[in-house]
Amino acid sequence: MPDGVIRAVNDVSFHVERGEVVAIVGESGSGKSVTALAILRLVSEPLGRIIAGAVRLDGQDLLRLDHEAMRRVRGHRIGMVFQEPMTSLNPVLSIGRQLTEAMQTHLGLSPGAAHARAVELLQLVGIAEPERRLKQYPHHLSGGMRQRAMIAMALSCKPELIIADEPTTALDVTIQAQILHLMQDLCRRLDVALIIITHNLGVVARYADRVNVMYAGRIVERGSASDLYRAPSHPYTIGLLNSVPRLDRPRDIPMEPIPGSPPDPLALPSGCAFRPRCKLAMSHCAEAAPPLRSVATAHESACFELHRLQAMVPA
Amino acid sequence: MTEQALIDTFEAPPRRQRGWAKLRGVLLSDRKALFGLVILSLFTIAAIFGPWIAPYDPNAMSFDMMLSPSWSHPLGTDDLGRDLLSRIIVGTQVSMFVGVATVAIALVVGVTLGVLAGYFGGWLDHIIMRYIDLQWAFPNIIIAVYLVAVFGTGLLNLIIAISLAFFDDFARIARGMVLSIKEEQYIAAARTVGVSHLRIMWRHILPNAMAPIIVQATVSVSYAILAEASLSFLGLGVEATTPTWGLILAEARSFITRAWGLGIFPGIAIMLTVLSINFIGDALRDFLDVRETKESA
Repeated sequence: MPDGVIRAVNDVSFHVERGEVVAIVGESGSGKSVTALAILRLVSEPLGRIIAGAVRLDGQDLLRLDHEAMRRVRGHRIGMVFQEPMTSLNPVLSIGRQLTEAMQTHLGLSPGAAHARAVELLQLVGIAEPERRLKQYPHHLSGGMRQRAMIAMALSCKPELIIADEPTTALDVTIQAQILHLMQDLCRRLDVALIIITHNLGVVARYADRVNVMYAGRIVERGSASDLYRAPSHPYTIGLLNSVPRLDRPRDIPMEPIPGSPPDPLALPSGCAFRPRCKLAMSHCAEAAPPLRSVATAHESACFELHRLQAMVPA
Repeated sequence: MTEQALIDTFEAPPRRQRGWAKLRGVLLSDRKALFGLVILSLFTIAAIFGPWIAPYDPNAMSFDMMLSPSWSHPLGTDDLGRDLLSRIIVGTQVSMFVGVATVAIALVVGVTLGVLAGYFGGWLDHIIMRYIDLQWAFPNIIIAVYLVAVFGTGLLNLIIAISLAFFDDFARIARGMVLSIKEEQYIAAARTVGVSHLRIMWRHILPNAMAPIIVQATVSVSYAILAEASLSFLGLGVEATTPTWGLILAEARSFITRAWGLGIFPGIAIMLTVLSINFIGDALRDFLDVRETKESA
């Protein structure tokens, strides 16, 4: 691999309120997961580094905390749910041990109290026979149940924010809806902010309040989920929407994939990174990266050719 | 799940007690482990009560040299007319102690260094592993000889020397395991929960890395016993008046054509010990591997 500096996430900025579900959408390699890791300050050094910016949790800049303080934030104030429930639980530790570990570290609970709360948590995420499950090891549980256990872990210390990195990608379709519904419901009820990272637009449509669409490390469009579906205002978002099979459309309209492939992060095109795959690209698109500009209330898009786009999209 | 099983889980005894019961179950159901346990218990008794069990004084010489096994000398006598059975029984203590103690020290030192090197990487990894490469360039026995020459002879120095010569294997294995395990997502998950480095290494990584380390430990016991034998043979081990298996074997070397038992019997003692430890090690590995446990075991 050639040496080089990759700006995996560049100029990305968004906020999440308590009880709100915000989605980050994008293809593989668009910087979604790195964004999540950066929030937790787990971008692995020396390979990666956060060079500038701020992560504010309740007004406190996490990037200024020392390592020890940051460790107390992880798991305590920010929980995380991973993509692969099969590999994100330690195979040699029982569910109970893994679930109580964070509570004992962060909340200073006694083993007995932590155990009692673990039982409550498993009930909360809809796992039957919690007492028995706590004694079991990850390989005794099904994928969906493991993901529920992961959610219980993320919730265990009453966090203010949960980041779910593709939480349902590895699950059966039938389980996906259950898990997402559970997460949405719990976050509303417990007043926790939720960031869902996904490439699945169906997930976004049903569960997210607001959406950030990422491409090549930048946010190219953001707005409420309904606005985004009703009036997508970036060629990339439109491309994404057109490349998803939809039941509510006539069958004879063919899907329209986005031509080309995501750019090599080591050799991003000048100006707008989506330019080489964009139907509307003009010469000035190569000159500078388009900034996010307001399209409607709380709906922004980073495209120079917005007027032509809007003229094209059938109302 | 049957009704009976449900009742069993319900009335499960406290955790630790259940662990012991399970360990006993594993050991008793595994015939090889049972064999190992019996043999090792016999040797342990010999190691503790050797001087009282032995029928003769292990150092008492007589003119009945190199006798074949008989009723009065079950394993015969050596070149100086000493009773071989008595010497083997008394020698158990030092041999077993050296074998187990050196491996214990080598395991702790080696695994600690290996885990640190693998986990933190960077300059720490470079320093530790370059030293271990250096040590790997020499045969273990030469390192042990060198260390004994520096420290002086004696049982304690012998143990230190052999364990220092052996720890590199443990360090390598541990580092290799850690390198692959630390990339697993559950380690990342543990980090996102705010688990400290020390706890990640101890609670999350080490249990996953134990299987090959246990195998290495059981194999190393035999090498340690043999290393002690070689050093004693060279006069760098324990004093000549202390019988050890290695020493008996070494002394027997020149008379083996005239008295076959002198080589065979101490060899069998070493073999049985090593075999027993291997069998128990296997059972222990199965016991520790929760991935093979059945539902609510």
